[in-house]
Amino acid sequence: MVAPVAARRRTRAGSARIRFGFAVIAVYVVAAAIGPWLFRYNPVDTRTADRLKPPFTRLSDGSFAIFGTDQVGQDLLAQMLQGARISIAVGLATLLLAGTIGVTIGLAAGYFGGWLDGVLMRLADIQLAFPSILLAIFIAALLGPSVVNVVIVLAVANWVTFARVARGQALATRRREFVDASRTLGAGTWRLVTRCVLPACVAPVLVVATVEIGHVILAEASLSFLGLGTPASTPSWGVTIANGRNYLADAWWISTIPGIALAFLVISLGVLGDALRDRYDPRLRSL
Amino acid sequence: MSTESPLLSVRDLQTSFPMRSPVLRRTVGQIQAVAGVSFDIPAGGTLGLVGESGSGKSTVARTIIGLEKARSGSIVFDGDELTSLPKASMRRVRRQLQMIFQDPYASLNPRATVEQIIAEAWQIHPDVVPRNQHRAEVRDLLERVGLNPDHAERYPHQFSGGQRQRIGIARALALRPKLVICDEAVSALDVSVQAQVLNLLDDLRCDLGLAYLFIAHDLSVVRHISDRVAVMYLGRIVETASQDELFTRPLHPYTQALLSAVPDPKPWDKPAREQIIIGGDVPSPADPPSGCGFRTRCWKAEETCAHDVPELTTRLELHPAACHFATELAGAAR
Amino acid sequence: MVLLSVRDLRVEFATSGGVVTAVDGASFDVGSGETVALLGESGSGKSVTAQAVMGIVPKPAGRVCGGSISYDGRDLLAPGVAKGLRGREIAMVFQDPLSSLNPVFRVGAQIGEMFRRHRGASRREARAAALDLMKRVGIPAASKRLDDYPHQFSGGMRQRVMIAMALALSPRLLIADEPTTALDVTVQAQIMDLLTRLQAEEGMSLVLITHDLGVVAGVADRVILMYAGRVVETGSLREVYEHSGHPYTSGLMASVPAVDGPRDRLVPIQGSPPDLLSLPSGCSFRPRCQYADEQCAEVEPVLRQLPDRPSTHQAACHHPEGVLTDVH
Ligand SMILES: Nc1ncnc2c1ncn2[C@@H]1O[C@H](COP(=O)(O)OP(=O)(O)O)[C@@H](O)[C@H]1O
Ligand SMILES: Nc1ncnc2c1ncn2[C@@H]1O[C@H](COP(=O)(O)OP(=O)(O)O)[C@@H](O)[C@H]1O
Ligand code: SF4
Ligand code: SF4
Ligand SMILES: [Mg+2]
Ligand SMILES: [Mg+2]
Repeated sequence: MVAPVAARRRTRAGSARIRFGFAVIAVYVVAAAIGPWLFRYNPVDTRTADRLKPPFTRLSDGSFAIFGTDQVGQDLLAQMLQGARISIAVGLATLLLAGTIGVTIGLAAGYFGGWLDGVLMRLADIQLAFPSILLAIFIAALLGPSVVNVVIVLAVANWVTFARVARGQALATRRREFVDASRTLGAGTWRLVTRCVLPACVAPVLVVATVEIGHVILAEASLSFLGLGTPASTPSWGVTIANGRNYLADAWWISTIPGIALAFLVISLGVLGDALRDRYDPRLRSL
Repeated sequence: MSTESPLLSVRDLQTSFPMRSPVLRRTVGQIQAVAGVSFDIPAGGTLGLVGESGSGKSTVARTIIGLEKARSGSIVFDGDELTSLPKASMRRVRRQLQMIFQDPYASLNPRATVEQIIAEAWQIHPDVVPRNQHRAEVRDLLERVGLNPDHAERYPHQFSGGQRQRIGIARALALRPKLVICDEAVSALDVSVQAQVLNLLDDLRCDLGLAYLFIAHDLSVVRHISDRVAVMYLGRIVETASQDELFTRPLHPYTQALLSAVPDPKPWDKPAREQIIIGGDVPSPADPPSGCGFRTRCWKAEETCAHDVPELTTRLELHPAACHFATELAGAAR
Repeated sequence: MVLLSVRDLRVEFATSGGVVTAVDGASFDVGSGETVALLGESGSGKSVTAQAVMGIVPKPAGRVCGGSISYDGRDLLAPGVAKGLRGREIAMVFQDPLSSLNPVFRVGAQIGEMFRRHRGASRREARAAALDLMKRVGIPAASKRLDDYPHQFSGGMRQRVMIAMALALSPRLLIADEPTTALDVTVQAQIMDLLTRLQAEEGMSLVLITHDLGVVAGVADRVILMYAGRVVETGSLREVYEHSGHPYTSGLMASVPAVDGPRDRLVPIQGSPPDLLSLPSGCSFRPRCQYADEQCAEVEPVLRQLPDRPSTHQAACHHPEGVLTDVH
């Protein structure tokens, strides 16, 4: 085959970035999955003797605190591993919800067009014009802090990107000849959307999801930092960073180390998302 | 239904597209892509529809098959008026009326296997072929269009352009239609492969008693396969005749120019002919000329052509042509 | 006099499936003032041959890896030579004029740019020269259209603009790669008419690349037929069309439906176009050839004179006698 060759070679670009991104994320995911088994975290445990110990300290029970301890003597590493679980879980759940809402709205707008498209896309414009963190604060203040509420809040703030991508794909696909071919066979709308249009959305939506998950994790941390996210008993990174805020002068590590971990993850996700987008769908660059 | 009534009968068909302003996307007018087209196709017959790009051929096809909505006019297929048919009955009619598309790459779903592509028709119309016979029937169809039946599990990108077009033909045949619309079905193929596919379409017509609406911009291809030919220009049919008549005695200046422009691989074999080269391009259907649509490029145009739209009628017992001076032109050129 | 001489040209492309030899040992000459047609179906290597002559083979995937190209005694494959001649001595017209024109500049300015860059003309001189050229290539109301953008032109008019740009510096060799393939027949006739007229006026050499045997029939002096990157037949146009010595040529001729004469069933070439990644041994045309035998599988045929035909008529086939007697 001749034609696809050139295309494939062009998309070969970014292999290194993709491998790097996947590697970093794999480390985080593995850490979040098995870390809490190795380093037990107990939220009600307080050990005043081990308060605010710097990194690389041997604790009173003989264990070794690589990242030091916080203001109640909890091992920071164990707390961060637990936090990774929460952050990643919140990120995934949010994407699933935002993706479902966004793709459904986008498909409907793009496929049916007309006034429905007009209405839905105006809604998206309004959503975008409203600063999403402000919206999140507003909703969180209304619903109160809980993990489920954080997911809802962030999903509401993030569905638009998915809707735009799905709409774009639907617009591009619904006029394709093979879709017309199905139509002439007598295929109904449901069949056309699920068999022809939806599959065309999968790749670009996954690319967007990779970019978005970083934003979502960051937004969750921001909300938690502000006290509007996950409750203090669930030590997401935002909560941990917020807790360390008062001790910045004498225990820099409590806020700084989770902050660095968070930044590194978000940056890696961004790099991976960009590389995937360049490879599979350069048209999305403007989003 | 009497045996004489045609399989497809199109009367005064009009289709238009909204013209939108580029900035506000407000509808500012209508593009009259098909401006009153009438023709018949008998069962088992082939009508060739020729004309340059933008003349409205595809829009005629897409309107007949229900991909575009007719603005006015009637389309009677096998006794049913398609323009007013309820959705449920349309499904039944669809089975008899199928289409082969131009682009062998774009017209096949890249994510489906050949078997899935062909069997899709039977998932939509389960009564045609029972589920347990899909595989056998797909093999039959592949064989019929000259492909290896063992390749049913392959994806479209694993085939060459000509082979893909055969897959498209197999898909169109899956519902055992009576009429197949071929919209530039061989235009994208290389000459050697184009000849294979033309022969295949010819054989299928004989074996299955198919009727074709055969659309192409290439007159020699149309001549090769059609019984009757209609020439389109700017949304209207300007001349129609039997294949033989049209190619030996073209009446309309546009038909004459088209014929004269077809490249001849062996010009030295024939008596020297005057080559007619018409200037300019097809005008935009958004802003067609007054009177005769061809007048901006016609070398016979006179005062009346700017005022009166020439009717597509038979003059002097020749065949129908939409030109005020058709009879004077009989025998001119070629 | 020979203006362009290509010898044993080989061009390879690195693809994900492996290395393909897009042009495999092609040799041909173009005389000055001559019109030569480079024929063949898609993928036969016509465009890549032209790219090699122009020195614009896409890098890094493609590379010229053998042979020689000389233009008027100069080695076009030597570094920098092709670049210096491009536009001035050798010009090219492409199939798709819209993508070859810059969409953000006015057409008159784009044509005039040739004079400004290469001839150091002033803005006003360039504009006058551009207007002159647009009139010569038959653009109606040229003075009004100087300030239009490419998208405001129809396909045929755009191709005229491209031809005007190509002719700006009075090249001695014009390569037109499928100049009419994207156009309607009536417009194709206009453009072919224009090209032949300009060729006669300028006395330049013209290489017409096309897949359509008919388009060049009344126009070209000689034809070069390519298949799977190789030249399979060459000779004067009429000689090749009437006494095809290669089964591929005669097969192509039999595949073209005619607008007049008897409406016979077409005799197509069997099988599929070649896959450059898995060419058969010996003759590339073998899987589709009715004359093939063991020799064809073992020995790659080279161009040689056909029995009882003029010495300029050559075909790369082991059994041209069969073709010559069967068809004629
Ligand atoms: N979906 C569409 N929207 C707007 N204009 C269209 C559309 N489809 C076709 N047209 C216009 O209708 C005219 C006829 O087009 P078409 O039927 O595709 O011609 P043909 O098949 O003969 O080349 C053209 O001028 C084209 O621009
Ligand atoms: N940019 C490219 N990248 C990879 N392969 C190419 C490229 N351009 C051409 N080729 C190869 O060269 C062959 C000949 O191409 P080309 O010269 O364009 O054929 P044509 O005769 O249709 O002009 C193609 O089949 C393809 O395999
Ligand atoms: S009616 Fe007039 S303009 Fe139209 S085709 Fe006839 S002569 Fe030409
Ligand atoms: S060399 Fe053999 S296979 Fe090739 S074209 Fe001639 S007869 Fe056919
Ligand atoms: Mg069309
Ligand atoms: Mg080419």
